[in-house]
Amino acid sequence: MGAPAGLIRSGPDEYELPLATRAGMHVPARIFASEKLLSEMDDQVFVQAANVARLPGIVGASLVMPDAHWGYGFPIGGVAAIDPRSGVISPGGIGFDINCGMRLVRTSLQWPEVAPRLHQLVDALAARVPAGVGSQGFVRLAPGELEDVLREGARWAVRRGFGSPRDLAYTEAGGCITGADPARVGRKALERGKSQLGTLGSGNHYLEVQRVHPDHVIDDELAGAFGLDQPDQVVVMFHCGSRGFGHQVATDYLDLFLRAMPAKFGLEVIDRELACAPFHSEEGQAYFAAMACAANMAFANRQVILHRIREVFCQVFERSADALGLEQVYDVAHNIAKLERHRLGGAERELLVHRKGSTRAFPPGHPELPAAYRKTGQPVILGGSMETGSYLLAGVASGAKSFYSTAHGSGRTMSRTRARKLVRGSKLREEMAARGIVVRAASERGLAEEAGVAYKSVDEVAKATETAGLSRRVARLVPVGNVKG
Amino acid sequence: MSASSFQFVEGATSDLAFEAAGASLADVFQAAGEALLAATVEHPEAVAPRVVRSLHLTDTDRELLLLRFLNELIYLRDAEGLVLRPTRVACRDEPTLELTAALAGEPLDRARHGAASEVKAATAHALSLAQVGNAWRASVTLDV
Repeated sequence: MGAPAGLIRSGPDEYELPLATRAGMHVPARIFASEKLLSEMDDQVFVQAANVARLPGIVGASLVMPDAHWGYGFPIGGVAAIDPRSGVISPGGIGFDINCGMRLVRTSLQWPEVAPRLHQLVDALAARVPAGVGSQGFVRLAPGELEDVLREGARWAVRRGFGSPRDLAYTEAGGCITGADPARVGRKALERGKSQLGTLGSGNHYLEVQRVHPDHVIDDELAGAFGLDQPDQVVVMFHCGSRGFGHQVATDYLDLFLRAMPAKFGLEVIDRELACAPFHSEEGQAYFAAMACAANMAFANRQVILHRIREVFCQVFERSADALGLEQVYDVAHNIAKLERHRLGGAERELLVHRKGSTRAFPPGHPELPAAYRKTGQPVILGGSMETGSYLLAGVASGAKSFYSTAHGSGRTMSRTRARKLVRGSKLREEMAARGIVVRAASERGLAEEAGVAYKSVDEVAKATETAGLSRRVARLVPVGNVKG
Repeated sequence: MSASSFQFVEGATSDLAFEAAGASLADVFQAAGEALLAATVEHPEAVAPRVVRSLHLTDTDRELLLLRFLNELIYLRDAEGLVLRPTRVACRDEPTLELTAALAGEPLDRARHGAASEVKAATAHALSLAQVGNAWRASVTLDV
C-alpha cells in the first residue's frame, strides 16, 4: 500500500496525480487525504482514479475522498463530474447498490433514559427491521404497486402511511428522483425487489442507536440547528440501499453496456467495471431512468424502515413518536449519479456527477436545501465502523472544488477474507458488550468482517474532510446498540 | 487446490474474491457455483437437494458467461428464496458457447444453513477465466 511516485501535494490534505501519470487521462486525479490516510490507501485506488480520469467527458479532476479504498472500476470514495453533452454515464461510478445511503433520526431522549431499556430496544429493532441474507420486508405490494414505488420513492411510502411529509422535506431530492421509468427496468429486477421493502440487507449495512456525548459536539451552533441540542442525546442512524432491485438494475445494464461499448459506440473498455455509454444514447438514457427507479426504491426502503423504528420506540418507551421527538435530521445518498449545476471555468454548467461511496455536501445557501438548513449547509452523515463511531458533518462553500462531495464512511483497510482470519464474530460480540455496545447480528461471519480493525480511523477521515475544505465536523456519534445484517 | 475446487482470496477491500479451478470448463463453472454458495451460507454442506432448477445460457464471451451464470444463482436466491448449487454442468464451446446446468438446493433456512453474506452481484472486476495447462482457472470478485 502507499502513494505512487509522481503524486504532488496540491494543498492541505490534498494531492494530485498529474495528467502524465497514465496515457489517455483527460484530467488529473485529485486525492483528498491526510498523510496517514494516503499511506493506508491500496495501490489500486490510484490506478482506478487514473482510469476514471480517462472516461469520455470527465471535467475538473477524477476525485478521491479521504475514506477511499479499492473498489471495482471506480474506487469506493470516487467522484467524477462528466459533461452530459459529450460524455458518458457509467454504472461503475454508482455501484451495484444504487442509492445506498444514510439516514439520521434524532430523539428527545437522553442516554440515562435509554440505558436501562437498551437491550429491549435493540432486540425489538432487530425483530422488527429484517436484516441479513434472505430477509423479507413486511410491506405487501398490490399488483402494479411496485411501479408506483419506483416512480415516487419515499413519497409513495408517506402516501401509504409510513411517515410524514416532514420526513420528505428532510430527504435528499424530497425522497423522489425525477425521470424514473419502470419500463426501463428488467423483469428480474422487479422480481428481486418486490418483497424486500423495509429490509436492511447485509455486508456493511446496519441500524445503530447512538449517543451524542457533550464532549463530542464539535460545533454547538450547527449541532443545535440540526436538532442535536440536548446533553447526551440519543439518535438513530441507519445505512442501506435499493436491495436486490438495484443490484439487478446495475447487473443488467453493466452487461448491456459492455457489449455495446466496442460494437456500437466505438468506446475502449479500460476496465470492464468502468463500462459506460454516451449519456444521450438510448442505452445511457435507459440506464439513467432505471437508476432513478432504484434510487427511489432505496428512498422508499429507508422511509419504511424509519416507520418501523418509530413503532419500536413508541412500544419500548410507551410514548408517541411526537412525544419522543423522533424527527429525521436528514437522508442522503452516497451511490448515485445526478445532473447538477456547478461553476466550472467561470461559468455555470450542468454536469452529471457520479458519486460512488461519496456524499453530496451542498454549502450554505444552496437552493436545493430545505429552508431550515439554508444557513447551515447540508447535513452529511458519515457512517463509521460499528465499534468506533460515526460523524455528522455539514457542507461548506469551499466544497466547490469537489463538486460539493465529501467522504461517506471510514473506508476499509483490509478485505473481508483477511478480517475473518483475524477476528472471531462471537468474541467480538463479547468484547463490544464489555464496552457497552449491544450487537444483534444476523451472521457471526458478517460481524467479524465488519470489525473496527478492518476500517480506517473515522476521526482521521472526518478531520481530513475539514482540513481539505470538503465539509466541516459537527458532532461525533458513539454507538451503543447495533443491528447488523 | 484440487482438480475441481475453490478458495477465497484477498482481493478488493470491500468484497469477497475467490479463485476456482477445474479439469474442464464445466468443472470450473461448478466450482464457482459452490464458491458462491459458500459465500452465502456458513454451512453449504447442510443445503439439501430438495428443489431443482435448470439453466441454459448462450454467449459469445466465456468470462461474461461465467458472470451471467453466477448472477442467475443470485437472482434465484432473491426472487425465489432458494440457495442452490450446480449438480451437473455441461459446456459446449463450438459452434456457439453454450452452458446447461442442473441446480439443486432448497429455501434458505437461516438457522440450519447459517446466513453469511448477501452477495449483491458477481462483478467484472479482475474477472478471469482461462485454460492454464490442463486445468481451467477462474478469478471472480463478489460484491457484498
